[in-house]
Amino acid sequence: MAEHNDIDQVTGTSTTGHQWDGIKELNTPLPRWWVITFYITIVWSFGYWIVYPAWPLVTSHTTGIFGYSSRADVAVELANLEKIRGDKMVKLGAAPLAEIEKDPALLALARARGKTVFGDNCAPCHGSGGAGAKGYPNLNDDEWLWGGSLDQILHTIQFGVRSGHAKGHESAMLAFGKEGVLKKDQIVTAANYVRSLSGLATAKEYNAAEGGKIFAENCAACHGDAGKGNQELGAPDLTDKIWLYGSDEATLVETITNGRAGVMPAWVDRFDPSTVKALAVYVHSLGGGK
Amino acid sequence: MRPKLSLGSTANARSSPPMNKSVPIPLPLDDDGPLYVAQKKIYPQRVKGTFRRIKWGLMAFCLGVYYLLPFVRWNRGLGAPDQAVLVDLPNSRFYFFFIELWPQEVYYFTGLLIVAALTLFLMNSVGGRIWCGYLCPQTVWTDLFYAVERLVEGDRRERMRKDAARGTRKLQRFAEIGLKHFIWLMIAWWTGGAWVLYFNDAPTLVKQLLTFQAPMLAYIWIAILTATTYVLAGFMREQVCVYMCPWPRIQAALTDEWALNVTYKYDRGEKRTSLKKANELRASGQIAGDCIDCFQCVAVCPTGIDIRDGSQLDCIQCGLCIDACDTVMTKIGRETRLIGYDNDVNIQRRQAGKPPIYRIVRPRTIVYSTLIASVGAIMLYALLTRSLLDINVLHDRNPIAVKLSDGSIRNAYTVRLLNKRGFDRVIAIDIDGPVNASVHVVGADSVTPDRPMIVLGRDQTTELRLLVTAPAENNPDKSIPVRFRVTDIGLGEVASATDNFVSP
Repeated sequence: MAEHNDIDQVTGTSTTGHQWDGIKELNTPLPRWWVITFYITIVWSFGYWIVYPAWPLVTSHTTGIFGYSSRADVAVELANLEKIRGDKMVKLGAAPLAEIEKDPALLALARARGKTVFGDNCAPCHGSGGAGAKGYPNLNDDEWLWGGSLDQILHTIQFGVRSGHAKGHESAMLAFGKEGVLKKDQIVTAANYVRSLSGLATAKEYNAAEGGKIFAENCAACHGDAGKGNQELGAPDLTDKIWLYGSDEATLVETITNGRAGVMPAWVDRFDPSTVKALAVYVHSLGGGK
Repeated sequence: MRPKLSLGSTANARSSPPMNKSVPIPLPLDDDGPLYVAQKKIYPQRVKGTFRRIKWGLMAFCLGVYYLLPFVRWNRGLGAPDQAVLVDLPNSRFYFFFIELWPQEVYYFTGLLIVAALTLFLMNSVGGRIWCGYLCPQTVWTDLFYAVERLVEGDRRERMRKDAARGTRKLQRFAEIGLKHFIWLMIAWWTGGAWVLYFNDAPTLVKQLLTFQAPMLAYIWIAILTATTYVLAGFMREQVCVYMCPWPRIQAALTDEWALNVTYKYDRGEKRTSLKKANELRASGQIAGDCIDCFQCVAVCPTGIDIRDGSQLDCIQCGLCIDACDTVMTKIGRETRLIGYDNDVNIQRRQAGKPPIYRIVRPRTIVYSTLIASVGAIMLYALLTRSLLDINVLHDRNPIAVKLSDGSIRNAYTVRLLNKRGFDRVIAIDIDGPVNASVHVVGADSVTPDRPMIVLGRDQTTELRLLVTAPAENNPDKSIPVRFRVTDIGLGEVASATDNFVSP
C-alpha cells in the first residue's frame, strides 16, 4: 500500500505513494487559484441548469427560465433573412415573367436566387450547371420536350412530368416490344428509320420503305409524320442532333422495346411563388430558353 | 542596478538542495544595463525661439488638416459623395479630391507608401529626424498635451515643486489635475471624432453624433481613438519614441556623416564650466568653452535627454534645445547656435581650423530625389492613363459547351463590365474568334442583334450572361481563342478580354 507521508528527497514534495520501477509520482498540489476557479465553475454550472435547457426528461427536457432554444434562434435568423430579402423578393413575385429578364436588377436577383435553389433541388438529376445526363434533359440547349418558353418552363417546374400532380405533364412512350405491338426485327427496322431521320448512318440490310411504314403506323401519332416531335405530348424531335437517351441502334431498340417514362416531380408545394419564378427565369437564362 | 533574473519558477523555492549540484555559472556581465528603465517623469520647460515657432506653426497646420479636411467639399456630380477625402467602405470606394479608387486599385497605395518611405529617407539625409521632431502625430499630440499641462499646472519648476509637495493643498491640486485630464480627454475625443468623419459624410455624421443617432461603430472607433490618443500622448509620450517606434532604429542605419542633425558643437562648448569661471579663465587669457553648464537644454527636452552626450536614439531632434541654448547665449553675450543643425564632419573641420562645409546636394540625396520623382511620375502616369472601362470574362465551367439541335455549338460566359465614370453610358459588344459566330446577351433585346448594346450604370459593375453560338462545321478546332471587345458608343473608349470557345 501507498505510504502517503512519503517525502521525495530531491524535491521535498510529498509523493502519491505510487512507484513504477523506482520512479515515484510527486503529489504536486494544484495551484490554489486553479482549484478555486474549478469550484467556482461547478457552482456556476448550477446557474446554467436553472436558466438554460439542461436535463433530459422522458419525452422532453427542462427548458430553463431564459426560455432559450437553438431552434428558436434559427427561426429568428430565417425571419431576418426574409426581412432582408423582403421587398426585392416581393417585387420579383409581382413582376410578370417576361419583364424579369428585361430588368437587370430583377434578372440578377432571379438568377442568384434561382441558382441557389437549382443547386439544392434540381442539380441531383440535371447536374449543377443544368447540363443533364442520360435521361435527364440538358437545360442549356434549345431542345425542349415540353416547351422552352418562360411560361412552359414555369409550368413544368411547378407541376412536373408524370409526377402524379393533376396539372403535371402526362404522356408515355409505349413499350412496343414488351407489349407485343412490334416484333424484334420490326423494332430494329424502326430504330434504323429513326436514325435516318437525322441523317445518321443506317444498317446495310435495313429496308427504308418498311421502316417508313412502321413509323407511320406506330410513331407518327406522337412524333409527327416527319418525326419533328410534339411538345404537347412531350414527344421529342427525332430529326435533330440532340438525343436524351442516345442515338445508337442498340439504345433506340431498347427505347422502342421498353418505352421511356422519365419522371420530374412537381415543385409547386415546395417553393413560394417568387422562388419558383426565380427558378424558371434561371433555367430560361441558362441559354436555351425560347 | 541590474534587475534580478528569475527564470526558474517559484515552485522549487521550497525545495531543499537543487537537483543539479554543479557550480552555478555566473551570467556574463555587460555594461548595457537593464533592458528597460523605470520611466522618469519629464517636465519640459516652456521655451521661446525659432524652432518653437516652427513647431507651433506645423502643429497648427497638421492638426488643422486633420480636423478640417473631412469638411472640405468636392463636387463629383449628382449621386456621388461630395466629400473631398472619403473612405466609403459600404460602397467600396476611396475618394481623394479628383481621384476615385476602386478596391482593385488599392495597389496605388503601394506607390504612395514607397514615396512616403523615400521622403522619410530624404528628410533624414538632409536634416535628420525632421519627421520625428516636427511632423509625427506622436510628437504633435504629445506637444499639444504638454502645452495643456503647462497651461493648467504651471511650468517645469512649479510642477516639480507641486509633485514633490504631494499631499498638501489637496483640493486645489486635485482640481488642477482633474482639469488637465478633462482637457486631454476632450482633445483625445475630438481626435477620434475627426477620424470617423473620414469614413462617412462629415456634416451628416456630426449631426448624428450630436443627437446620438450615429452608428454604434462610429462611437466604438471614437472610443478606441480617444483611448489611444489619451494614453499615447498623455502617459506614454517619449516612451513610444524610445521603446515602441521602429523609426529611430531604421534612421540610425540610414544616416551618414553629412546629414545635419541637432548637434552640440563640442568644439565650441568644451571645456564647459560655469559662467563665472569662464570669464575668469578668459580674463587670464586662457581658453574656456561656451557651454556654461546651465542645463537649459536638458530642462526643455521633451524626451529628457542631454544633447551634449551626442547623437542618441532618444533624441527626436525637435530643436527645442537649440532655442533654449540660443536664449542663454544671447543673455551671456556669446554667439548663438552652440547647439544647432550640424554634423561631426564640420566639428572636426573647425577643430582643425578649416571652414565648415554643408553638402545638401550629394549622391544620397540625389538618388532619393530621383527615386521620389520617378515613382511619383510612374504613379501619375498610371493614374492618368488607367482604364475607366473594363471587361472581365469567365467561361462557364459546367457545361463547358452545349450542342444545339441543329448541331451548332454554344458557349456561355459570365461577363463583368466596369464603368468607372460618373455617368451612364452605352457600350457595344463585339466578338472576334469562331467563324460565323453570333453573340447574344441574356435578357437584352438589342436593336442590333449581332452587336448587343448595353447600358452601363454610372460608377458600378454590370454582370451579363453572354452566349456565343457558332456552327460546328466551320469551327472544327476543339478550342478557339475568342476576344470580347466592348466599345463606348459615345466616347469611343475600348476594352477587351480574351477567352476560349470550346467544342464538346
